[in-house]
Amino acid sequence: MSADAGLVEAATRPSTAAAPLLSVSDLGIAFGPRRGFGGVRVTEGVGFDIARGERVGLVGESGCGKTVTGLALMRLLPPTARIDGQVMLDGENLLKASPSRMRRLRGAKIAMIFQEPMTALDPVFTIGEQIGEALRIHKPVSKAEERERVIEALAEVGIPAPARRAQEYPHQLSGGMRQRAMIAMALVCRPELIIADEPTTALDVTIQAQIMDLLARLSEDTGTALLFITHDLGVVAETCTRMITMYAGQVVEDAPVDEALMRPRHPYTSGLLRSLPQLNRGLGEDGRRSFAFIPGRVPSPMAMPEGCRFRDRCGFAEAGCERPQVLTDVGPQRRARCRRTEELTLPGAVD
Amino acid sequence: MTLAPSSADLQQPVVRVQGLRILFPSLDGSDTVKAVDGVDFEIRPAETFGIIGESGSGKSTIGRALVGLLDATEGVVELDGRTLNSVPRRERRTARQAYQIVFQDPHAALNPRMTLMESLTEPLRIRGGVSEDEMRRKAQDSMERVGLRAEMLGRYPHELSGGQKQRANIARLLPLNPRLIVCDEVVAALDVSIRGEVLNLFADLQRDFGIAYAFIAHDIAVVAQVSDRIAVTYLGRFMEVGPAEAVTERPLHPYTTALLSAEPRPLPAHLREARRIDLKGEIPSPVDPPSGCRFRTRCPWAQARCAAEVPEWRELRPDHYVACHFATPHGIEAPPAAGEHD
Repeated sequence: MSADAGLVEAATRPSTAAAPLLSVSDLGIAFGPRRGFGGVRVTEGVGFDIARGERVGLVGESGCGKTVTGLALMRLLPPTARIDGQVMLDGENLLKASPSRMRRLRGAKIAMIFQEPMTALDPVFTIGEQIGEALRIHKPVSKAEERERVIEALAEVGIPAPARRAQEYPHQLSGGMRQRAMIAMALVCRPELIIADEPTTALDVTIQAQIMDLLARLSEDTGTALLFITHDLGVVAETCTRMITMYAGQVVEDAPVDEALMRPRHPYTSGLLRSLPQLNRGLGEDGRRSFAFIPGRVPSPMAMPEGCRFRDRCGFAEAGCERPQVLTDVGPQRRARCRRTEELTLPGAVD
Repeated sequence: MTLAPSSADLQQPVVRVQGLRILFPSLDGSDTVKAVDGVDFEIRPAETFGIIGESGSGKSTIGRALVGLLDATEGVVELDGRTLNSVPRRERRTARQAYQIVFQDPHAALNPRMTLMESLTEPLRIRGGVSEDEMRRKAQDSMERVGLRAEMLGRYPHELSGGQKQRANIARLLPLNPRLIVCDEVVAALDVSIRGEVLNLFADLQRDFGIAYAFIAHDIAVVAQVSDRIAVTYLGRFMEVGPAEAVTERPLHPYTTALLSAEPRPLPAHLREARRIDLKGEIPSPVDPPSGCRFRTRCPWAQARCAAEVPEWRELRPDHYVACHFATPHGIEAPPAAGEHD
């Protein structure tokens, strides 16, 4: 339970002004031919910083560019992707790193946890062999010590009987156990940044709660920074210190998590919050329950509107919104991409 | 042709389930998986009956049994007062039409090689006795009823968004005048931002056509908002059944409390309640469920008695039932049993 106290404390702690661990600027990702028909820009001008030990939630609907951004940071996009901008990790531009340098960094300094542990784990190797592989590549130790470290890592993520589990194959583990094993694999070399892409989406809430507590506690204990890619604002509220909202390939809001929940500064963040079933306690005009939602859907990257990309779905759109919007500072550690942000009072998670 | 009741028996439940058990052989045939192990409930006309619980608790199996996709190993599933098995074989297909199911994955539920027109007219074509013109007209009506433009009938599923596909799946059922629709994780595959739109549609159809829903989902917040009553399942049994608000605001069973408290709340730190009850471990195997109360191995309140005796099904508040030795109308009254877990 001590982790819980730590959680609350961390949520209110201001992030340090020191040089960020990760600094992403002007990240643009496109697929297909460079010119002419078929080229598709999926993100544009994405920029944000992550401080050491910080836990950042990256939210937005499917198709907003969250996952592709995470993969770009890991340099795991297919060769057809064209990436520009800068991704500075501890002063090193990952986008300029050679493939062999990236192989040394992945796992050691920056690691990723995927949504579906069954496809991310190799079915023909034991859990222990797969966790040990990361050590063998990055921090070779003796066989005996490797075994010890693997068992330690499994124990750390709360797997009972870790020595036995290390010798089992992925299919012998439950979904929650597999996700724990994935986390153990990501953590075993003590990376400075973990990118977790929907790490609990396939799990029951009870197991989700255990995994989120685990990630938050490990981040507290080891100082590892986390980038959570998720559509679940509840998970972000409980686990993260900061929330970045993406829409249609752009960052539209960036704020300390509690401030974003209380008083969002972009209509899209506000719309996402109002759509949450937990907050849909209202009754319609005829006494029936009525659910809030955001009309329409995310525009296709092939038909991206000019100007504000959210304009067609926004209840606050007016003349002027057809001009491109700029991500501007709207307060200490707060940015929003909406020309009306100063005049609007947008509803958040609390009335 | 349908089993629509006469006005005299409007109060008769649409669904009455008694002593339902559904058992499957395990893969090697040596064991029996008790997916559903003795549940009783009713669903009333135009009611939404929510079913929540972790994966492996038997929710989906119950849903499939309601519409005749799975046979009961033991017990009875009555639909409008009769079991499908009592209907002569020739009439069974017709008799089943009023009891439908919508699945989680809207993409997989539509045939990718059929236009929406083909998909929407297919149920009536199977039923037979309807002219081609009539079928087309009904398909158009259904489309409009679910908020899709009739022009879209010429399209294929890949041309639709996830929300539109789920609407089309609902539209397919309407010409059959459904009495009951089992909604199995119907919004789980949709973005939160558009779920409300689909849930509002379900609510509208219920109001206009008096359809009853069995609403199965792991997302407790969604179930809490759409349901009139909620059943909480664990390892093939009901732990608690009651009015939605009572179950979610003042739960009687420790498992319900634990489930509710595990749900992440999108609130700033200073407004979140004290932390969740940590539910240890995972749901045990349904091959060999724990003796006595099935939840006892993960229950923070478990006592020796919980291993020995199966808790009785008790009505502690009006229409609010629970299976727990220590539940009272005011909460759990038992000393916490530290270290007594098996």
